[in-house]
This record gives sequence, C-alpha cells and structure tokens, in this order.
Amino acid sequence: MPFIIAIVFLVIISVLLHLLSPWWLTPIASNWSSIDSTINITFWVTGFVFVSVNLFMAYAVYKYRYNKDRRAKYEPENKKLEIWLTVLTSLGVASMLAPGLFVWADFVKVPADAHEVEAIGQQWQWSFRYPGADGVLGAADARLITPKNSFGMDEKDPNGQDDILVSTQEMHLPLNRPVKMLLRSKDVLHDFAVAQFRVKMDFVPGSVTYLWLTPTVAGTYDILCEELCGIAHHAMRGKVVVEDQASYNDWLAKQMTYTQQLAQADGDPAQGQPFYAVCAACHGVNGEGNIALNAPRIAGQQDWYISRQIGYFKHGVRGTQPGDLYGPQMAPMAQTLATDAMVANVAAYVSSIPEAPVQTTVTGNIDNGRALFEPTCGVCHNASGQGIWAVNAPRLAGMSDWYLVRQLQYFKSGVRGGHAGDEYGYQMTSMVQALKGDQAINDVVAYINTLK
Amino acid sequence: MTTYLPIADQPSELHDPHTFISKYVWSQDHKVIAIQYGSTAVFVGLIALVLSGLMRLQLGYPNTFAFIDPSNYLQFVTMHGMIMVIYLLTALFLGGFGNYLIPLQIGARDMVFPYLNMLSYWFYLLSVLILLASFFVHGGPTGAGWTLYPPQAILRGTPGADMGIILMLASLAVFIIAFTMGGLNYVTTVLQARTHGMTMMRMPLSVWGIFVATILGLFAFPALFVSAVMMTFDNLIGTSFFMPAVQSLGQNVAHTGGSPVLFQHLFWFFGHPEVYIVALPAFGLVSDVLSTHARKNIFGYRMMVWAIVAIGALSFVVWAHHMYVSGMNPYFGFFFAFTTLIIAVPTAIKVYNWVLTLWQGNIRMTVPMMFAMGFIFTFIHGGLTGIFLGNVTIDLPLSDTYFVVAHFHMVMGVSPIMVLFASIYHWFPKMSGKMFNVTLGKIHFWATFLGTYAIYLPMHYLGILGVPRRYYAIGTTSFIPDSAMALNANITQAALFVGVMQLVFIINIIWSLVKGKPAGHNPWEATSLEWQTPDTPPHHGNWGEKLPVVYRWAYEYAVPGAKDDFVPQNIPPEEVVMLPGAGKYVNRSEEH
Repeated sequence: MPFIIAIVFLVIISVLLHLLSPWWLTPIASNWSSIDSTINITFWVTGFVFVSVNLFMAYAVYKYRYNKDRRAKYEPENKKLEIWLTVLTSLGVASMLAPGLFVWADFVKVPADAHEVEAIGQQWQWSFRYPGADGVLGAADARLITPKNSFGMDEKDPNGQDDILVSTQEMHLPLNRPVKMLLRSKDVLHDFAVAQFRVKMDFVPGSVTYLWLTPTVAGTYDILCEELCGIAHHAMRGKVVVEDQASYNDWLAKQMTYTQQLAQADGDPAQGQPFYAVCAACHGVNGEGNIALNAPRIAGQQDWYISRQIGYFKHGVRGTQPGDLYGPQMAPMAQTLATDAMVANVAAYVSSIPEAPVQTTVTGNIDNGRALFEPTCGVCHNASGQGIWAVNAPRLAGMSDWYLVRQLQYFKSGVRGGHAGDEYGYQMTSMVQALKGDQAINDVVAYINTLK
Repeated sequence: MTTYLPIADQPSELHDPHTFISKYVWSQDHKVIAIQYGSTAVFVGLIALVLSGLMRLQLGYPNTFAFIDPSNYLQFVTMHGMIMVIYLLTALFLGGFGNYLIPLQIGARDMVFPYLNMLSYWFYLLSVLILLASFFVHGGPTGAGWTLYPPQAILRGTPGADMGIILMLASLAVFIIAFTMGGLNYVTTVLQARTHGMTMMRMPLSVWGIFVATILGLFAFPALFVSAVMMTFDNLIGTSFFMPAVQSLGQNVAHTGGSPVLFQHLFWFFGHPEVYIVALPAFGLVSDVLSTHARKNIFGYRMMVWAIVAIGALSFVVWAHHMYVSGMNPYFGFFFAFTTLIIAVPTAIKVYNWVLTLWQGNIRMTVPMMFAMGFIFTFIHGGLTGIFLGNVTIDLPLSDTYFVVAHFHMVMGVSPIMVLFASIYHWFPKMSGKMFNVTLGKIHFWATFLGTYAIYLPMHYLGILGVPRRYYAIGTTSFIPDSAMALNANITQAALFVGVMQLVFIINIIWSLVKGKPAGHNPWEATSLEWQTPDTPPHHGNWGEKLPVVYRWAYEYAVPGAKDDFVPQNIPPEEVVMLPGAGKYVNRSEEH
C-alpha cells in the first residue's frame, strides 16, 4: 500500500512542480519561439504518458495485490493489444518528431539576407570579428596567431583588411536582422550559448561552425561557453548587446579595423622614457615599487598588461570601486598620458627597465601554495609565473608580493574585476574562489615569491 | 571419424579446485568470478559515489570547501562518470550477473572457456588499478569529462593532461581486453552450451538481455579501443588523428589536420550502444524479477525478445544524437532524430509489457519487487525526457545543461541501479544460501527511490532554465535566480542522504552473509533453472550428476489447473501435479 501511495504522490508532485515551477525557460529574445512550442508539445504528450502509465501501474499494484487464495491470469500474450499499443505509440512519437524536424529544417537553412558575425572562442575568453564595408570576412588561421595578431588574420587576404576586430568580451547585434554566427576556435572545443536565444552550437578547432537567429528583444544577455574547455570553463563569459540598428552602427563605427590595428605603431621605449618621470615618483626610477607609497613593482611587467591597466585607470574601470583604497590615486596620473600612443610608449619603457629583485614581505606555507598554484593559477599565468599573453594573464613572478595579496583580496571581494569594462576581471573573480581564506592567499603568494 | 557431440552431452571436464587459491583467487568457476567481478565493481562504485558527493558539495555550497578547486572538481566529474558507466555498471551487469546467471539459467556447468573467463576478471582488476593509480600521479586523474574530448583532453589547461589522461586511456584499453575475453565467452556459451530443450525462445529474458548486450559490446568497444589508441598516439608520439593545428595557451602545437569531431563519432559509436549495454541486461533482469514476484508470466515474451533485439540493432544508428550541436554537418540531425525517436517504440513496448505483467497478477510486495517496480517509474521518467533530447530541435536549448544531467542519471544511473538492487536482493538467497534482512531492505528501497527522485526531478528544471553542466561555479549571470542556487543546495542534501543510506545496503549484505536465515533452494518459488540446482549455493559444476532437461519457457506461473502456481522449466509434463479434475497439464506458452 505505501508503494501505491508513493507512486500516486510522486506523479502529483511531478505535475505540480511542472505547473508551478518558478524555474522555466528564460523569456525568449529571438525568432526561435518555434523551439519553445516543440518543447511544449513534447511536455503535453510525454506528460500524458507519464501520468497515465504510472497511475495504471499504481492501480494494477492495488487491484492485484497479493492474495493467497487468488491466482494470476495465465495470458502469455495478447497480439491485438500489443499491436494497438505499438500503433498508438508510433503516432505519439510522430506527433513529437514531426514539428521537431520542421523546426530543424528552418535551423539548418540560413536565410539569404542574414549578415555574418564571427565569434572566436579561446581558453577562456571571447573575441568577435565583423566583416567591414565589403561584407566579407577575411581568412584567418590559428597558426598565424602572434602577440601582434591575436586574431590570426591572414595579412595577404584583401577581404580581411577592413574586418572589424573586437577583442573585448562584449559583442553587439542589431535588432530584428537575421544573423549567421560563424564560430571559430583558436584552441579547443567551446560552445556559443545564449539562453535567451535558445540556439547553441559548438566551436570545433580546425573548422568553422555556425548557427543563425534573429534577435527580437533589445537587451544585454550572457554568452556562456557550454562545452567543457578546461579548468576555467565556468569563467568563460561574454555578453551580447542587442540594440536598434542606429546604436549598433554607432558602436560598430567605434571599433578598430584590422588595417587600423596594423597601423598602430608599437610602443617605443625611448619615446616613453620622458613620460615615465610621473610614474617614477611613486613606482621608483627603476620601477621597483615602493611599499610605503603603496606603489607595486612594474618593471618587467608585460607591456600589453600595463597598457590595459593604464587604460582602465583612465576610463574609471579601475580605481573607482568603493573599497579600492589606493586605486583612485592612479586615475589622475593615468590622465597625464593623453593618447593611446603615449600609453603604449610608457608601457614599452616600463617593461624594458632592467629588473632588480624586490624585497619579499609575505610568508606562508610554500608547499601548500604550490599545490594551490599549479593546477589553477599556473595554467594561465604559466607554471613559472611569467604570464601568458595569449590568455591575457600578466606576469606574477618577482612582482611585489604585498600587492599580489591585496589584488587577490580585491578580486575575491569584488573590489576588482567586477566592473563591466574589466574584460578579464570576471575570470579572476571566479578563479580566485579556489583560494579559501587569507592563509591560502598568503601561501600562494609565498610560493610565487620562489618562482624565477 | 568424429561425430558432433553437443556440449551438454560431452563428458564433464571440470577440474575441481582443491586449494583455497584455486577456489577463490585464481578461480575458473563462473560463480566465483561473478562475485569477484561484482564486489570489485561495487567497491569502485562506492569511490565514484563519494566523488559525486564531493561534486554536490561544491555545487550546493560553492566557495565553502577548501579542498575543491576548479581543477579537482573537473577530476571528480570525470572519474565519477567514467567509473559509474564503465567500471561499475558494465562490469557488474555483464561480468557480475552475466557470469553468474548465464550458465545457471541455460543449464550449463560453466562458461565454455573457464580459463579465459578467469583472465577476463584479472584484466578487469588490472584496469581498475590503473584507473585508481591516476589519483596518485603528478597532476592527478584526467578532468576532461568522461567523454574525453580532444583537443582539450591532452592539452594543458585541462587537469590531468600529463599523466592522468595516459592512465585513463591505458585503463580503458585494458578494460576492453577484459570485456572482449568475457564477452566472447558469454556469447559462445549462450549459443553452444544450452542444455537439452533450452531453445533460444525458452531462455529467460535475463539471458537474452545479457546476450544481446554482449554482442553490442563486442561491436561497440572496438570503436572506443581504437580511439583510445589513436589519442594516445596523438598525445605521446605526435600523430594528428584528432588534433588540428591549434594554439594552446600561447603556443602552437605540433599537430595539424586532425579532426576532433572524428573522435566524437568514434566515441559515441561506442557510447550510445554502451547505454544499451547497460540497459538491456537491466531490462532482462527486471523482467524476470517482475514476473516471479507478480506470480504471472512475463507479458508478451516474444515481443520482449524482439524488442531487445530491435533496440540492440537500432542502438548502432543513433549515436550522433549526442552530437546535434557538436558542429557536425547539421543535416545529419534529420536522420539521427528519426532513428532516435523510432527506438522509443520498442522501448515503450517493453514498459507496457512490464506494467501488463503486473495487471491481473498476484503481486508479492517483496524487496526485489519494490526495486523492480521503482525501476518502472524511474525508467518511464528517464525514457520520456530522452524524447526531448533525441528530438534534435529541443536539444538546441537543452544540450549541455542540467536537463541532460538529470535525464541520463534517471535513465542510465538510477534506473539500472534500481535493477541492480532488485537483482542483488532477488538472487542473493541463491548466491549465498542466506536470506537478507527485509526491514533493512525496505528502508534501503525507500531512501533510494524517493531520495534519487528528489535529486533529479528538480534538476530537470534547472536545465530548462539554462544552467550549464560541468561548471565549477555558476557565478553571476543575468538569468539564473538565487532560488536556483537554493535549489542546488537542496539537491545536494538529497544526494548526500541517498549516498549515506547506501550504507544500509552494505550493512544488510554483510549482516545477512553472517547471520541471515537459510533461504532454501527456491525461496521465491521461481521457475527458471538457477532455482532448481541440487545445492544452494550451487556447487562447482552446478547440477550434480545430471544436467537438467528443459520442457518449457521460464514463465510458467499460474497455470490453470496446476496445483502450484509455478511450474519449473525442468519438470517433465507428466510430473506436473494437477488439481483434481483439471485434466492433464498442457504447455500453452508455445501455441501461437
């Protein structure tokens, strides 16, 4: 008897949860409402089967419960009944499959008027490429990727010269225009998934895959990677902004083309040196840092990282969060570098300063620090803490240890990395959660102190 | 001139073991090998259960446990999945129940190749040891997900990319060798060593399920074997089977031209039949449990056999439904959605026939019966959600979300495990000669049945919401509300409860082995041959002097006019005791 009650109870609970569930498909923001309809049809058909077969079972268990004076019916088979059940099941299955296949037929055929946008996946970041005025994307290849050509553009392809390269974690799409998303991976499998769009597709390195949709509701949506791509898979987040055509055009016009990017001169240390005087006041003539002034060592740090951080300070991405005690000092200093070229020159100078070892101030359990560092931090920042440009991870080894501790605490508490303009900040806020407690942070930094 | 002599008539060549070692360690007796397989599988399954508990702790209470970082989280996920699918379920159903039941249910003295059978177990144990060794090497076990997709499986950036993946692939290769030795044995034994009168269409469905599953395995595992070998080559000697030219963490790899999707095709060409390698034995075993305790013949036996065969055949043409969003040519979606939904028809027939077996039965609410009926419920649930994912369109939003996790745990985790428990409780009296403790068995059933549903029912809705799987932490998103996080904590509580309650099972088994009451030869009053052995537990050689002779199918329950409500397969028709005035016994099961 308890079994019968349990089955009936579970059926009721399942139906109630389904009807009352606060967790359901997110409000749709694309043309794929036909997918939602297919899901609903399937819920009705399968729900009917679920309820009726289980209740029938419960009834059978009740009606034919054991009675020592009764005997079961001897009936090896009943062909007529079996044929009926087979036919009815086939019809039910067909009623679910048919709409599914019709919708799929729409999905595989991209409308002729769809415009193309490329999403690029890499461990554990996004970037995006839009065709320029010619409407055609140029050739690109993972083998061509260098620090100066992070998109792997083929410089000889004329179609690529006007391509618009967006290396932030945010892409934009115009409202109500079908778009064919081309998906290209630099390294491993990834997946482009936006819950509100309903459709998703994997990236396959070595080939370009695609999906298509028409965004129908303006807004900002999360892009998640939904194919396991390594340890920071969960931290690979992007955003897609859907907006009207005019705003979209404005945004697109502000992005740099491949040609413009090529034209940007490399930072020149010689030209940067004079401007460094401002920095030297706190960070020291040799960029060695000054703990008393809360200025970290910067000498030997990668130039792209320094450029980006100066940019962040200039534009209020860093140094504006409540709780960031010393960041605000950097904002006015960064403003003294008026142009991108000046920033690049200073950064080039800083990274070229001959380094001298810094005083260590943090102590901790080095073995524990190593155990924490190697599988997590060391993947992006490199096992010897030298940083990896390809994943935008700066050098850690030899930098001011007290500064590393403070930044880890900032990332952990959201003081740093939470700003929408901080492109790779989310990753750090997410990955730093692997360090539980201040002691773990000290241990990791103590281990970084041992790296050469 | 030699004349053909059926195996059943050949003089017995059993070498009775005399020492402890030859009896229990290097044993060639299928029953001992079955128990060796079974206990090893249960042991390694408990490790996987603990791993799932650790995963759930992180998901339910993120940022709380210092010993779970993103890297070992993925290692827990991977090892949990791989152990459960291959080293527990496959090994326990085929190596365990296959070994135990095939000779006993078809009336043979042992497997036809006992020595090979012994080797099969020792290779299996070796594969388990290699797998477990990966927990102790530098970098730990692989965290590539149980699907081991390249390129990430062998690139830095994935945990265990140095030693872990090598050991994983080596362990799989050894497992497959073990499986092949066992599998050839099961198939040959079923085909060649059936006793007199045991036609194929009189075999219990357990044997049918195990037999067809083994054939699937023999065709499917080679695909995994070659992919393991090819990936090992890619990893160690620089070939490019699965490796295109990519850039990994700022460095160009020395590969070019390989196809990651090729691996996925090979993997799922194994991986989908693998689902049925687990499911078909479960279908068979549960049919026998249901029929016995419902005191009624299995409904539509012939249809059940053909459904097993049809599902087995179809399982080889549906593999790419795991790859709808993999970036393969999307036009394949039409074909694979079609084949996948066709497979729902024979599967549904099986469910109907189980329920119709209960209908007009005389149901004894025993512990194995409760697990078997619990299976019907969980399998209906898991099967129906499969229709969502198999329908290519619906896979677009649901693929890679917790809906998938919930679905395959219902259909491939909970359901087969309900059958495993049903089968263990059902055959334990035969294997040990002792009866288990019924109260503990019922506690175990209720905790497992209700607990697992509390885990997986709500999990589907997280998936519909769009919560992605294989995430160390959900972090902040615009569409996942706090209530989903709270739900995750509840799911974790349920999971930990279910995990701990498995101790009741372990305690019951150990207690019953020591203190259980003698069970007798045939406590369930069952018809199939294993319950008719002269000794319980059966001795070496199973049948004493003479092999049994079979006169009918294995489901002769509630025969009108017969004195008892069951007629064993090996009772000659003239010896069946009839009620006064009922006339002579007639076998009606084979009148079509």
